[in-house]
Amino acid sequence: MERIPILRMGRFLLVTIQVDMHDRLALALQEDLTSRLSTTGARGVLIDISSLTIVDSFIGRMIANISGMARIMDAETVVVGMQPAVAITLVELGLSLPGVRTALDVERGMHLLQRSVPGFDDDMAAEGVVGADEA
Amino acid sequence: MTTVLKRDVLPLKSEQDVVLARQAVRKVAIEQGFGIVDQTKIVTAASELGRNTLIHGGGGEMVIETLLDGARRGVRATFTDRGKGIADIAKALKDGFTTGSGMGLGLGGSKRLVDHFEIRSAPGEGTCITIARWK
Amino acid sequence: MPSTIASVIAESESKLLDDWLKQLRETGGARADLMQDQELRQQCGDILRLLRTATNQGMDPRSDHYDPLRAKLAEISRSRAQQGFSPTATAMFVFSLKKPLTEQLRAKLRDGAALADESAAMHQLIDDLGLSTTETFQKTREELINRQQQDLLELSTPVVKLWDGVLALPVIGTLDSARTQVVMESLLQQIVATGSEIAIIDITGVPTVDTLVAQHLIKTVTAARLMGADCIISGIRPQIAQTIVHLGVNLADITTKATLADAFKVALQRAGLSVTRRAQANAAPMHGGRAG
Repeated sequence: MERIPILRMGRFLLVTIQVDMHDRLALALQEDLTSRLSTTGARGVLIDISSLTIVDSFIGRMIANISGMARIMDAETVVVGMQPAVAITLVELGLSLPGVRTALDVERGMHLLQRSVPGFDDDMAAEGVVGADEA
Repeated sequence: MTTVLKRDVLPLKSEQDVVLARQAVRKVAIEQGFGIVDQTKIVTAASELGRNTLIHGGGGEMVIETLLDGARRGVRATFTDRGKGIADIAKALKDGFTTGSGMGLGLGGSKRLVDHFEIRSAPGEGTCITIARWK
Repeated sequence: MPSTIASVIAESESKLLDDWLKQLRETGGARADLMQDQELRQQCGDILRLLRTATNQGMDPRSDHYDPLRAKLAEISRSRAQQGFSPTATAMFVFSLKKPLTEQLRAKLRDGAALADESAAMHQLIDDLGLSTTETFQKTREELINRQQQDLLELSTPVVKLWDGVLALPVIGTLDSARTQVVMESLLQQIVATGSEIAIIDITGVPTVDTLVAQHLIKTVTAARLMGADCIISGIRPQIAQTIVHLGVNLADITTKATLADAFKVALQRAGLSVTRRAQANAAPMHGGRAG
């Protein structure tokens, strides 16, 4: 089973979800993220869902779970790029994902993470901009 | 008087089936000229109910139909399984989602996403849920 | 055995047609300005033919035999609704067939009792057909109005950019379910299109806010948040504030401001912007005082 790649950007992890995920893939992502958070000591997770045209209750709960687990591991989560139709539908479903921070796009999401994690700039300079670890 | 223009039956026996079912509903909604929000709503409802059929119903099938009523175009999907059935339908419909965990069946939420929602279920008799959305 | 009506129509079809058309012209059911005589004649002829076929099988307008006749009447009714005929004129189209039919029945039936029975049956039939024609007319008009409303909705809810990253949505008029959907979608799409993180929803122009409207507003704000933008609701008049409290609606974590100006100030603050006054130039006055 293919897994969703997790990129490392300095102190943060970046996940871009582009496929129509089935449940096992979503669960695998949850596991992978938590283990990567642990091994890298990353302080932030950016989840890019700008390609997702469907977010149902399962995926919604996955996002809330990731956010919760990350917080326990001292990392902030920001979800970016939710499409309007998806947002409207989630609200109608009754999911408002409280406690999950959001931003319009990756750039703003990174900005948000920067503000909540001190020392980000130093790390970025030291490690170079983007480094994709092996999956 | 409602006419059924097209009818397809899809199995719901695996997670991949649920993904395929979602995509089938999306395709049909687009064919019927649904706007993006209407599409997303019915596809999300289908995803919820499809998953329920698989996970709580032990697997089943989805019948998808395209409808024509005068000038109105619609999409109808029926989910059936021969699982253990729902004992308290009223409660299941009221069960919302809790913020992170919680095993709400999501029926109440799905109901809000569609124009027509019908459920037949009893312990030991399986479950049959029909949803429809009009353009 | 064909009903008496069916025989009557079969025997005097063209006389019936002429009498019917005469009735229509006299009672105003034929709008010469809206429909050509030829077309009206065609319609009446079709109806008579279909009526004959249907009554051949019986006098129950609810039976399947009457489907083609009903379909034709519905078609005629729909086109009249679209052409601008009045509901009365459309109903009269059917009802004015009564007089010609009655005359033919009288000519054919000598027996008083039989005439009474057949008349009653005819009246009942025509009444039923007339009523369903009127219903179709109503439905068609409703569809037309709905479509026009939709168009109006889209035109009357503009989303304006107040500044980089700040949008405003001045809502004017009542907010019903359909309108709110359109408004919501429009705002959220603009948020993405302009990359604005702040949206001000101004309800100064909304006369009343009930639970549903309040819920819709909350849904819009929640959806915007999920996307990464924040909403400020402005223009909450004292009466509306009272209503909201009375209804027990919880606007706890939504920023609200009395005026659009106040909301704009907050928006600028959040965006890290401020407005400053330029220093006054120490120039001589432009003209010396008064004229003359």
